[in-house]
Order: sequence, then C-alpha cells, then structure tokens
Amino acid sequence: MNKRILIWLLCLAVVLALPFGTDALLGRSWVRLLDFALLYAMLALGLNIVVGYAGLLDLGYVAFYAVGAYLYAMLASPHIGMHWPLWALLPMGALLAASFGAVLGAPTLGLRGDYLAIVTMGFGEIIRLFLRNLNITNGPAGIDLIDPIQIGGFSFGSSHSLLGWDLPSIYSYYFLFVVLTALIVLVSYRLSDSRIGRAWAAIREDEIAAKSMGLNTRYLKLMAFAMGAAFGGISGVLFAGFQGFISPESFTMGESVMILCMVVLGGMGHLSGVIMGAILLAILPEAFRPLSQFQQITFGHVWLDPANLRMLMFALALIMVMILRPEGLWPSPVRRRELHPNDAMPASAQKEGP
Amino acid sequence: MNALHSPTDHLLVAKGIGKHFGGLTALDQVSLNIPFHTIYGLIGPNGAGKTTLFNVLTGIYRADEGEIHLNGVSLTHSSPNEICKQGIARTFQNIRLFGNMTAIENVMVGRHVRTHSGMLSAILRLPSQRREEQEMMVHAQGLLDFVGIGHLANQIARQLPYGDQRRLEIARALATQPKLLALDEPAAGMNDTETATLGRLLQKIKASGVTLLLIEHDVKLVMGLCDRVAVLEYGRLIAEGEPNSVKNNPRVIAAYLGTEAA
Amino acid sequence: MDIFLQQVINGLVQGSLYALVALGYTMVYGIIELVNFAHGEVVMVGAMVGLSVIERLAARGDTGWGVIAIGVLVAIPSCMALGLGIERVAYRPLRKAPRLAPLISAIGVSIALQQLAALIWGRNYLHYPDVLSNPQFHIGGAVITQVQLVILATTGILMLLTWLIVQKTALGRAMRASAQNPSVAGLMGVNVDRIIALTFLMGSGLAAVAGVLVGTYYGVGNHTMGFMLGLKAFTAAVLGGIGSLNGAMLGGLLLGVIENLGAGYLGSVTNGTIGSNYSDVLAFIMLIAVLVFRPSGLMGERGSEKV
Repeated sequence: MNKRILIWLLCLAVVLALPFGTDALLGRSWVRLLDFALLYAMLALGLNIVVGYAGLLDLGYVAFYAVGAYLYAMLASPHIGMHWPLWALLPMGALLAASFGAVLGAPTLGLRGDYLAIVTMGFGEIIRLFLRNLNITNGPAGIDLIDPIQIGGFSFGSSHSLLGWDLPSIYSYYFLFVVLTALIVLVSYRLSDSRIGRAWAAIREDEIAAKSMGLNTRYLKLMAFAMGAAFGGISGVLFAGFQGFISPESFTMGESVMILCMVVLGGMGHLSGVIMGAILLAILPEAFRPLSQFQQITFGHVWLDPANLRMLMFALALIMVMILRPEGLWPSPVRRRELHPNDAMPASAQKEGP
Repeated sequence: MNALHSPTDHLLVAKGIGKHFGGLTALDQVSLNIPFHTIYGLIGPNGAGKTTLFNVLTGIYRADEGEIHLNGVSLTHSSPNEICKQGIARTFQNIRLFGNMTAIENVMVGRHVRTHSGMLSAILRLPSQRREEQEMMVHAQGLLDFVGIGHLANQIARQLPYGDQRRLEIARALATQPKLLALDEPAAGMNDTETATLGRLLQKIKASGVTLLLIEHDVKLVMGLCDRVAVLEYGRLIAEGEPNSVKNNPRVIAAYLGTEAA
Repeated sequence: MDIFLQQVINGLVQGSLYALVALGYTMVYGIIELVNFAHGEVVMVGAMVGLSVIERLAARGDTGWGVIAIGVLVAIPSCMALGLGIERVAYRPLRKAPRLAPLISAIGVSIALQQLAALIWGRNYLHYPDVLSNPQFHIGGAVITQVQLVILATTGILMLLTWLIVQKTALGRAMRASAQNPSVAGLMGVNVDRIIALTFLMGSGLAAVAGVLVGTYYGVGNHTMGFMLGLKAFTAAVLGGIGSLNGAMLGGLLLGVIENLGAGYLGSVTNGTIGSNYSDVLAFIMLIAVLVFRPSGLMGERGSEKV
C-alpha cells in the first residue's frame, strides 16, 4: 500500500515540476508544446471511450473538437461581439458536441465496423467543409482574437505574479489542463469500472451474445459515442481559448487519424497508455523540425516535407502496431488478452487488474 | 404429472412460425405451447430447424410468419434485448461467453438488464450505485455457486474447461431472471457423468421456478428429464407430447431412421 | 433536352470510371469482408505513375494514344505489385484478428500511400501532358469527345472481361467459392491465400487503368485524388450491393449519372446557394443514406449472421 502512495506522490511531483524543468532545459516553446500535448491527451481520452471502451472506430472524431472550438470562438470573440464566460461555454461545448454525436450516431451505430468508420470519416469531412464554406464561421480565414480562458477574474492569457514569482500564461494553462485531464481520467476510470463499462466490454467481445442478455446495444453505443464527443467538445473550447485563433484547417482528417494513432499506439482502453501515446505523438513532430532545417542548409531546398514525413510515420505506426502489438505500447492485461484471441493460456491464470 | 396443467396454462405460445432463407424454408408452420414450470425438449435430426426456431424465439431471426406470445405479451417482432427483458434467456450451441472477462463478470453482465445504474451515477459514484454494484457481485457469486463453479469466480472465462464454460453460460442466462430458459444443446460434448450432473442442475433450475426449453441430441437425457417433447423434421413439427409416446411414434422413429429410438 | 443528354453522356463516362474502381472494392470485400481503404490510393498511384511515363514520352515529342497506352502498360504492373504488397504485408497477418485490427491497418496503408506520393511527386497538382488531339463528335444535340469514347470502350471491355473471368473460368469459380465459404473451398483444394492474392491483383490492375484514364480525362494528377474517387467508387459499390460484380458496375454508372445531373441542376435549383463546392458533401450524404437505409444495395442479398 505504501508503495502505491509513493508512486502517486512521485507522479504528482513530476507533473508539478514538469513545466519548470522543461523551460529550464529546453526553453519556453516546449512548455507551450506541453500544453498542446495535454489538449491532445484529453482528445485521446475522449476517443478512447469510443474506440477503446465501446470498440467503435470513429475516423471523424475531430468534428467534435471543431464544434467545441467554433462555439467558443463565435461566442467569446469580436466575431459576433459576444463575450460569454467559460463557465457557460464549457458545458455548452460539451453538450453541443454530445448532441452532434447523438445525431450522427443514432442512425449509424447499427452499422458494421467498416461502414461506421467510413460514415464517421464522411461526417468529419462534412463538418470541415461546412465550416470552410459558411459565412457565419468566417470560411477559410477562421476566427481570430478569441478571448483567452478566464476563471473568476483570473485570465489565463496573461502573466501573473505569484508570491513574487513570475507565472507566465503558458504555465497557468498547463496547470489548468492538467486538472482537466485528471478529471477526464477520473471520469473514464469510473465509467470503465461500472455496470456501463462492463456492458461496453461485453458489446466489444460479442455483440449478439450481449443483445441476447438483454443489453440495449444501440443505446449503449450511443452513450459511448456521445460521451466521447462531449470530451472532444470540451477540448475544443479550451483549444480555442488557448490558441486565440482557429480555422477549418486545424480540423482535418489527418488530425482524426493522429488522435486515433495516439489511442492505438499508446494502448487502447488503457488510460495510462493513451495519455502516454498522446504526449509522445504530440511532441514527436518537434523531432522532425531539425530535419527540414538540415535539408534547407544542405540542399538549399526541402526535399522531404516534414509534414508529409510526420503523417507517413503515423500511418506506418498504425499498421505496425496492428500487426506486431495491437494492444499498444502500454496495454492493460485485459486488452492484451482480447487482442490475441488465438494464444493458448495457462489454465490457472488469474485476473490481474483493470 | 403434466395432466394437472390445464391446456391454457402455457408460458410460451408460438403459432404458425415460418422462416425462409431465400428459396429454402427452414421453418414451416411450427406451433409450440410450452406449459409453466416444465422442462420442454425440442429434438429432431440435424438440420431440422431447431436452432433456427430458437433464433426466431429469441429475436435473432425475424419470423416471416406466425406469432409468439410469452405470458400473454407479444414478442413476435421484438429485438433480442427486448425479448430478454420480457423473460426469455438463452445459451448458444457454440458457447458465446465474453471470453476475456472473468466468470463473475460474465454473470454480472447478465444482471445488467435487471439493474439501473447509469453513466451519471457511475461517474459520481453515488451510494445507490455502489450498493447496486455490491448487490450485483453477491448475486453473481450466488449464481456461480448455484451452478457449481463458485470457486472459479475470478478465472478468465475462455480458459475454463469446457464443461465449466457451459455451466457459466447457464449462470449468465439465469442472471437475467428469465421466465423461460432456452438451452441450445447444453450437453454437447459431455460424457455420461457430466450429462447426469447437468440433468440434476436443470432439475434444480426447474424447481426454482424457471421453465426450460432445450434442444438436445442426447436421447437418454431428454427422456429422463423432459416433461414434454416436440419433434422437428425438415422445419415441420411431426410429433408432440410426453416423451414415452413420442419415442414410440412411428414418424419419429422414421425420422431418426431408427438409430436412436431404442 | 440537349443539356440533359450531355449530362447523361458525361455521367456515363464518369460512372464507368467509378465502376472500374468499384469492381476492385467489391471483389476484395466479397472475398475477405474488408473494405480496402487503400484501393483509392492504388488508383492514384496508377495515375501518377502513368503521368510520369507520359511526361517523359511527351518531352521527347511523342504524341497520340500510343503514349497513353504505354503509360497504362507501365502503371498496371506497378499497381499490381502494390496491391499484392499491401495484401501480403498489411492484411494477411491480420486475417484472424478482431475486426478492428485490419480496419485500422487499412487506414494506415491508405494514408501511408498518400504521404509517399506527396513525398515522391510533391503536393502540387500536376498536369497530364497534352498528347491527344481529342476530336469531338455530335450525338443528338450533345457532344462526345474521343477520350470519352475510348473510356467507355475500354471500361466496357474490361468489365466484360472481368465478368467472363469470374463467371466462366475455373479461376473465377475458385474465387466465387472462396467468397462464399473459404474453409470449405480450402477443403476442396482451393489455395485460398493465392485466390485472395489474385483478387487483389485483378482489382489493382483495373485500378491502374482507371487511374491513367482519370488522369487523361481530367488532365490532372495529385496525391489526394484517390480519397474522393475512392469514396465515390465505394459508394457506388455499396449502392449496387457490395460483393456483387453486376452491382458494382450498375452502381458506378448510376452514381456517375446522378452526380452529373445533380451538379448540372443543383446550382439552378437552389439559385446558387449550394454551389459545386458542396458536391463532395453530396457524395458523403449519399453514402450515409445508402448505408443507413439500404445497406444491402440494389442488387445485394440481405444476409443474416449465422448464430
């Protein structure tokens, strides 16, 4: 028991010290990167409920991110002239995204896996195309000058003085995002270890048997879908406030694929794995930056575009993970079992933990 | 002993069930009346349509013709989960457990349909939710004990020996608190000892107030266990009644080509 | 009436290209029950490889249909090799895995091919060189170009060939048997692995031809062209009934005609509010509608899962 508490305290210490350490070692831009990584962690956790818990492949998840972001952008910026507060817009974003999820899911969640994947992909693209073509969303130019996040009188967008120390905006956002990520983790955990979580696992394993045992699988899938969408919406609201500017190009299918990659690579259905996957993949592109600089210097021209290389890496990662280690880099024992259905197992093996 | 039940005292009434697959007629005007508190057997040669009838009764296939009523409630075109809610639970010919969950978790999933905690109460860990979880676990353990595998509660389902898996599937079905328990070849692959144990378990279930419907090939089990028997051949009902009279029915004997009638 | 006829002609031409690609989707789905997400990208590779070849020949001064033909002849083995490689590396190891795995792998392949194409050919829209004189002919009040006629003829011949192979040869019989019941087919002496590989081979070959034809017809090639084309061809396959060859062909033609008639009239009907930039949205909506309301398609069977 003491060992567990020790590990928790250690993690807490690391989390609290991380921005300071990163700033000192790598510079302030890396702290900003960390903030983005946390946003992606929240997105990955949301998608994890859909893909990891309920076993539904959603290729258009970024649409819910967009819904939350654009809601905040339109109602907290000079765009229309409204400046609604966070405590209203955050739940609204969650609710709106969940509604979109329900509307998409209601007719389509009965479809088999491949078809659902394509339909969700289509939905993601449709949302992006509408955002790009409608006047109210300002088309391809996007929305600018979005209000930074504010709680009470505390604006996360400005620096503050804390006990004589300088607390820059990106640090404030860091701690805010950590708290929210922790909340999402808590909610996810409680859901998975409950009657609903068990029902999702049953649907994942054998939908017909689940139906025969009285489970309303359509409804349960819809709940997972809407819940995941809600988390996407929340992340979207935070993203808009954090970045201060959004455009349809932040919400491409490539983003959906990247988030999927985070969940799959990290460990589907396993909370620690998913977070790890998110942070890893969010930070990785930074590694490609020197590559383009190197090419520019050596050849005077960038032959291999880092953006393409990055997506290529993600795509190859998806394939290799599925073939070599489908349960991801940091799986839960249950998932490892589920994804190796043909492995013989010792008859006396006991269950280890969720 | 069954003459004491009046003809209208039936739990399940299926009338004129028809099911076609393309040009093939799998079920042709099949009617079944299952009395309360009986063990009702469904037998017939391979391909006679027994599992198809099961699938129609439990909503996995949609009947092309006919009606189904359980305790007066129409189930004719209901979905599988509706039917389970109304009181029919089943096991499968090729065991369909949730293989990667533990035995007790499997049974707890069975209990899902009779419990209510939703997402919100799970997220907030309300006292009512925690109480229900506790109750579900106790109830599931009780059922595992009832079928005789209580000591295997934390074993992964797909690692259990075959016979225990079959019993687990029964426990899971019982967790839904069915009025009618439909078992698709529960004794398949079992030796004589295991079959006898199964027979005792089924009697125990009947004694607890559940009506049973079973598909079986093991003639000894059917004759010894069932109160009434229906015989299907090529999708049609060719005989129905008490086991002894059905056994001596010439059409039944002909259907089986005399190999198992003795 | 002239406009109508014109749109129908254009629709049939476009539709026949969809049909060619749809055949690949439907054959693969019929045999391994997987949507080959990467198929659209194979078409794109065919178009780009063809482009490179035709560019080289055009630079030397060669013109005419021979140039196009050589482009096709180079594209076909390239795409076939690609298709075989994809099957071997990304799908075969996952045949027994839970459903989610090959699906995710397929998406990975699709994106990987797109990105590789971007790295090789760049991200710009490249022009198919002008090597054809492309005379026009008049039918009724409408115009049909030589390219359009060649497309119709080529796709028609290829579709007939495919149909003949599948229905009338031993290979085709083996394919149909493997599609219906792979384990039994295996017991009957069919090398199911080889049949699956051959299915991919055929589909990819058709994709190569389609790619070069699309490039020639529309005059451009780009690493993203496979996405929408693949999606529309898939919609066609589903519309016609996935798994059915006739369905794929019918679905393709139908989709092409609907799309052209729709695009022609949509603008006038809505007074310009819904313009052509929404035509992609329309394609998606059609797909969703078909999958939700009639997933078995026009010619498919309504199957039930064996329990």
